[in-house]
Amino acid sequence: MDFLHVLVVLLESTIRVSVPLVFAALAGLFTERAGVFDIGLEGKMLGAAFAAGAAAAVTQSVWVGLVAAILVSVALSLVHGYASITQRGNQIVSGVAINFIVAGSTVILGEAWFRQGGRTPALAEGARFQTINFPDADMIREIPVLGPVYADLLSGHFLLTYLAFAMVPISWWILYRTRFGLRLRAVGENPGAVDTAGISVIWLRYRAVICCGILCGFAGAYLSLAMTAGFVKGMTAGKGYIALAALIFAKWRPLNIMFACLLFGFLDALAIRLQGTPLPLIGQVPVQLMQALPYILTVILLAGFIGKAIPPKAGGVPYVKER
Amino acid sequence: MNNIAIELRGIDKSFGLVHANRNINLRVRKGTIHGIIGENGAGKSTLMSILYGFYQADNGEILVDGKPVSIRDPNAAISVGIGMVHQHFMLVENFTVLENVMLGAEDSQILNKGIAKARQELKRLEKEYALEVNPDALIEELPVGLQQRVEILKALYRRADILILDEPTGVLTPAEADHLFRILGQLKAQGKTIILITHKLREIMAITDEVSVMRRGEMVATRTTRETSVEELAELMVGRRVLLRVEKGESNPGDVKLAVQGLTVKDSRGVTMVDTVSFEVRAGEIVGIAGVAGNGQSELLEAIAGIRRAASGTVLLNGKPVDVTGNADPAELRDRGLAHVPEDRHHVGLVLKFEECENAILGYHHDRRFANGMFLNIDAIRKDAEEKIAKYDIRPPNARLRTANFSGGNQQKVVLAREMERDPDVLIIGQPTRGVDVGAIEFIHKRIIEMRDQGKAVLLVSVELDEIRSLSDRILVMFAGRVVGERSPEATEGELGLLMAGVEGRKEAAE
Repeated sequence: MDFLHVLVVLLESTIRVSVPLVFAALAGLFTERAGVFDIGLEGKMLGAAFAAGAAAAVTQSVWVGLVAAILVSVALSLVHGYASITQRGNQIVSGVAINFIVAGSTVILGEAWFRQGGRTPALAEGARFQTINFPDADMIREIPVLGPVYADLLSGHFLLTYLAFAMVPISWWILYRTRFGLRLRAVGENPGAVDTAGISVIWLRYRAVICCGILCGFAGAYLSLAMTAGFVKGMTAGKGYIALAALIFAKWRPLNIMFACLLFGFLDALAIRLQGTPLPLIGQVPVQLMQALPYILTVILLAGFIGKAIPPKAGGVPYVKER
Repeated sequence: MNNIAIELRGIDKSFGLVHANRNINLRVRKGTIHGIIGENGAGKSTLMSILYGFYQADNGEILVDGKPVSIRDPNAAISVGIGMVHQHFMLVENFTVLENVMLGAEDSQILNKGIAKARQELKRLEKEYALEVNPDALIEELPVGLQQRVEILKALYRRADILILDEPTGVLTPAEADHLFRILGQLKAQGKTIILITHKLREIMAITDEVSVMRRGEMVATRTTRETSVEELAELMVGRRVLLRVEKGESNPGDVKLAVQGLTVKDSRGVTMVDTVSFEVRAGEIVGIAGVAGNGQSELLEAIAGIRRAASGTVLLNGKPVDVTGNADPAELRDRGLAHVPEDRHHVGLVLKFEECENAILGYHHDRRFANGMFLNIDAIRKDAEEKIAKYDIRPPNARLRTANFSGGNQQKVVLAREMERDPDVLIIGQPTRGVDVGAIEFIHKRIIEMRDQGKAVLLVSVELDEIRSLSDRILVMFAGRVVGERSPEATEGELGLLMAGVEGRKEAAE
């Protein structure tokens, strides 16, 4: 157990736990940049995880599970969109409501359908994502330093993991290099400018919300089809909120989001790693403290270490034409 | 009939019970600048919003180039060649000029191709109309004059032949306004048709070819500008004769009532907003502070009124110091004879959801007259409100009505009545007639002069240079937080304008 090995293992698990954060934070990026705040990332992810677990268990197909996750998550997004865009309701209230509804209904439906105390049945190999091994991974592992990085860090992840990290530059490209992205960012800053330019504010915001739903669908599917083999009640465990914190911490920028998620993921991985291991000087650290570390860090970082995070100017404000 | 660019026939629009536009007929000739003038709430903006597709008319017809068109949304307006420069700029502040101009007219899904084309087109427009602006500058870093230019470029980029400008000079310095008028003249020379909405008579006279007057939702008259006069237009707007010149006698200054020495105010980021400002206001005089909005006047007023902490300096009220750098208490200042009419009546001066009579005693609710211990004396409060309503001609005369339901001018009268009727020694007033109708302006100006003649010391801040010039006995000009000069009210507008732009002031300060 040399240092390099420990580091690679730690980073490998960092990547693993960061994936849902990256998906969810990018999901939040799309809606919040369009001016719709979304505290319901958690609920959408949980709903998607449940849908994925249930559909994959019934059909024995990972792909059906993935599609179900996306559909459910998009449907929940549209509910949020209807409440906050069309009906101009309070976006926080709507988001919180979605979180509560999903937290309760997944357990109820899970129990009614599968009778395993709110879980979905454990998935067989064909019904969940398999890791992808890069060519010659085992051979290259023998090369010092670069070998383990290639074989253990880069190779051997799930398809969704690679997709999550690919989504970072793709999201950047969409937001900053396409017409849709330009308009989306504009509608989050000054919807009046978009409206007077002859573009529908409502439709644009709905599209942003749908993008959010799709990405939350991936996040949820990753939890129940890749990271574990099936849905467990409350399995998001606050990841939606951490993703939201990462989004703010990253000042609503795609590349920063990836680093923020990796940082939170690293702390999470470190907490797991250090459980039960006494630290030099300090001694045994209570597990609870280690688990609370990402949250404590979030508070500290948000309280002042990152400078001022300026949210999209029209964020949280329903668009009403001025009279 | 081909020289009519836009014709409106029988346009009618209601919002609930409010009949905003009644049977409006209007013809705008091609290649002219056509002014539309009217008081606030006369229906000008509604009419233009209908023309730009923001609202649908309930009835009536719009013809562009003689052909009837249906303008269901801004897109339709753009496609028939109508462009609009809004009063509150419709710009995305953290976007570049280029991105703002492109927005909604990007050409292709991927931006790159469009950007090159837009850059080229922008360069051509800049040259053709002498509208220089750096395409890569961020909007939030540009002064308002240039931001407005971007709005004009946006319309031209969309090939607008008819440009509507809604109150375009509200945020500009006199020099910037003159520049804008030159641009508009140039656009006219290139064959564009321009509709200029304003409530400033001076602008109408200076630049338009024809002018239409709106009053209470109706189009009451159209005149050729050369053949009309400011007096006639004012009368048409208000519906009665209006005294445009403020009549006032010589001032008769007495003792110093308010003395400000070396006052410095910083904002929350530590930026100096008011920089070592000193002046005095004597009993029986009006001191006006001129300046373009945002040059520290607001902060100065707030510091004197005790609602914003100053960084350093002293203020003497009736010869006794006010703790402006510490915990000056606005209530205590009121007791010591300072009355404050805040610039922002909606957020500072009034609680809009309160009844009129409640607002009429706000801040004075501890008065013996209005309260017994912890209980309000409702009868006395209502009686007092009714007296003020009668004296200040506040309409509708209903003390129980929510303040939000009064017009801007009447809301302002509620604040003025409250502060003036306290018989203060020092009256500080911010933007007394912002968003107030011509008729009410006349009344408010008269009351301010009356206060002076009763021996009050009046400090007046306004972004309306005309107002400052006609009311003040002395004018201080603020630029970038400093008082850059003092002038008599006889100073020309050009002279004051240069000071306001910081041009003359620097020289003076250097000498």
